[in-house]
Amino acid sequence: MDPLRQSPSPSSSRASSPRTLSCERLGYVGIEAVLDQLKIKAMKMGFEFNIMVVGQSGLGKSTMVNTLFKSKIWKSTMPGLRVPMPQTLQLHSVTHVIEENGVKLKLTVTDTPGFGDQINNDKCWDPILGYINEQYERYLQEEILITRQRHIPDTRVHCCIYFVPPTGHCLRPLDLEFLQRLCRAVNVVPVIARADSLTIEEREAFRHRIQDDLKTHSIEVYPQKSFDEDVNDKILNNKIRERIPFAVVGADREHMVNGRCVLGRKTKWGIIEVENMAHCEFPLLRDLLIRSHLQDLKDITHNVHYENYRIIRLKESHALPQGPGWVNLAPAPPPAPTGTRASPGPAKMCRWAEDNSDEDF
Amino acid sequence: MASEVARHLLFQSHITTKTAHTSSQVSDHEQKQKDSPRSLTMSGHVGFESLPDQLVNRSIQQGFCFNILCVGETGIGKSTLIDTLFNTNFEDHESSHFYPHVRLKAQTYELQESNVRLKLTIVNTVGFGDQINKEESYQPIVDYIDAQFEAYLQEELKIKRSLFNYHDSRVHVCLYFISPTGHSLKTLDLLTMKSLDSKVNIIPVIAKADAISKTELQKFKIKLMSELVSNGVQIYQFPTDDETIAKINASMNGHLPFAVVGSMDEVKVGNKMVKARQYPWGVVQVENENHCDFVKLREMLICTNMEDLRDQTHTRHYELYRRRKLEEMGFTDVGPENQPLSLQETYEAKRHEFYGERQRKEEEMKQLFVQRVKEKEAILKEAERELQAKFEHLKRVHQEEKLRLEEKRRLLEEEIMAFSKKKATSEIYQNQTFMTPGSNLRKDKDRKKEPGYRLELLCFDVRACETIGGRKDAEEGREGPRAPGRP
Repeated sequence: MDPLRQSPSPSSSRASSPRTLSCERLGYVGIEAVLDQLKIKAMKMGFEFNIMVVGQSGLGKSTMVNTLFKSKIWKSTMPGLRVPMPQTLQLHSVTHVIEENGVKLKLTVTDTPGFGDQINNDKCWDPILGYINEQYERYLQEEILITRQRHIPDTRVHCCIYFVPPTGHCLRPLDLEFLQRLCRAVNVVPVIARADSLTIEEREAFRHRIQDDLKTHSIEVYPQKSFDEDVNDKILNNKIRERIPFAVVGADREHMVNGRCVLGRKTKWGIIEVENMAHCEFPLLRDLLIRSHLQDLKDITHNVHYENYRIIRLKESHALPQGPGWVNLAPAPPPAPTGTRASPGPAKMCRWAEDNSDEDF
Repeated sequence: MASEVARHLLFQSHITTKTAHTSSQVSDHEQKQKDSPRSLTMSGHVGFESLPDQLVNRSIQQGFCFNILCVGETGIGKSTLIDTLFNTNFEDHESSHFYPHVRLKAQTYELQESNVRLKLTIVNTVGFGDQINKEESYQPIVDYIDAQFEAYLQEELKIKRSLFNYHDSRVHVCLYFISPTGHSLKTLDLLTMKSLDSKVNIIPVIAKADAISKTELQKFKIKLMSELVSNGVQIYQFPTDDETIAKINASMNGHLPFAVVGSMDEVKVGNKMVKARQYPWGVVQVENENHCDFVKLREMLICTNMEDLRDQTHTRHYELYRRRKLEEMGFTDVGPENQPLSLQETYEAKRHEFYGERQRKEEEMKQLFVQRVKEKEAILKEAERELQAKFEHLKRVHQEEKLRLEEKRRLLEEEIMAFSKKKATSEIYQNQTFMTPGSNLRKDKDRKKEPGYRLELLCFDVRACETIGGRKDAEEGREGPRAPGRP
């Protein structure tokens, strides 16, 4: 069984199209070992993950982050002891290195106190967008240096968790505006905060209404439909998409329930266990963010959002201020979000139908 | 300024230590927004230990890419060794020895072992070392490697780029085949390796190692390595910074260059079939470590260091190429006042410059063109004028000619009239009288005055002499000279 013969290309600078050969039957080669090599390399370098939490104050953002990573990343603020509400939106970032079983993770959490807290919340998303773009800008500047670093520090926001207040009705105008703008720049995962104030039926109804709202306004939250690579991905992601937004409860205190020590909120009418799927969907959020889709979040940020930013930046370079400024992406009309994002696909998308422009050096 | 220095220092430290781990800590100091990362202990299981697995899964989905360049003389066993390494018959035909130039032949194959897909590209040099004059032998190889880097750089610099599904064709490793003479490196080998060592990871192998005995092989290896070192050729050293593979890599480093034997033929040894070469005096088994270093090569190349080879290519050789190329184009990181210049600004400045140049050149060309047109116009006008003048002149000349001819005609007609009158009167005279001798003399005088007219008069006179009426003739003779028809 001879493989197809291909005529050799004389002094070609590009290789000819590949043929598929299986070397399983002929014995051991050892290509698999490359996976181990990859793992070793990854463990040596460590991982980076940047997450941003956005929502009005009092929705339990800091607590949620603490619960996610099971450590006191933020000191949870009690009402009353809190510093007076900031007049403008500020961004606080905190970086920690956490290790589990030899895997080091450099985690950066950015909080946004003051979001949506003012009377006039017009343009309160600008500082957030500015921050996100600033990180892209920083990465871009590093990337286009002549003498580059071996490993460019990645401060780009990989995931933005948006806390929707549990009104039970539908998304508010502020939520819609914010989501519309941010979905084009970063992976957004909306969650229903403080879900212990809603019953299960109310949660489901709320969830459906939010999903309808998102669809009407063509807001693509993570996991984005247009980035599903193959059938398996689609199935997996569809399951997740059915449950978005997750109704979560955060807690960083432990209580005894049935002899077990669990994280939960203790109330007069019972203890809400955070890790209990019957009580809230926190485990789903945690699994999505950390256990299964962390690498995917980083990939989409790098291959799609960062590339989009880069294209815009490089095209209008002559009009922009010098230095690491940030680009204020004005909101485009709703059809545009799918348009700008459908054409450059992520690592997984094989159909790159659009021909690359000849705008090279 | 301080960040610039820090960045450059970082880069240098990366070259020497090759540990990226320190970078993540040192670079944090540059991030003013973030505190230096404190280590946190977690109170429970979070679950990100699956991160390496997530990474591996993604890589499996994407597939791997590996490009090998084989440099060696024709017939030294390059194709056979590759076949043996990857356990597949890639191609069968032998190359000719009669190529006038060295060419590179690249072919891509997709291999699959369990769930790992590998896109393997094998680049062979065809005709290397066959020419009589080998001066230009290594240049095509260098050009090919540079062309791959260039293609990647172009892709990276595009505005709309797709690096993630870009088929990486940069050469990750170069297997240099040394022929088993047992003496030393050939000059061609030395030159080629010297020109390639800064562009690609070189692993030298001694081909057809079954032609050398063990003792000779040892001496040969030592000789080769010392020659390489003394000539400053940097071959690829297996990395020894990770504890898990440091020991084995270090020992392998001592076995370089590997003495290999390639064969896809199977020979029965003992009770199993092994890949070997059969000679009348024995069987050389490919996978027997006592016979040759093939297993070591496979270990090192594929099982242990494939990732590192790719990494080195990307972070060292490619970056070097990129830096050189960009500096050639005139980009720098530091501007005239030592302010960090971004590539963007330099690019913009250069673009403006080029546009300005282009504008200027266009203007110049326009000017030149307009000038030429004017000149041409002037010349044409001149010519036109001349023609006009000539035309006028000719016209005038013709007019004059015409006038003169008219005059002549008139005169002629007058003469004809006069003549016919004369004729008429002479006929009358003829009938009346004969001419007198006296009139002859007068006629002679008249004759002398107008010679053109003389002939007729003469004829007339002759007749008149014969006749008698002479006076009338004399009168006619005097009338004649009054209207001379001299041309």
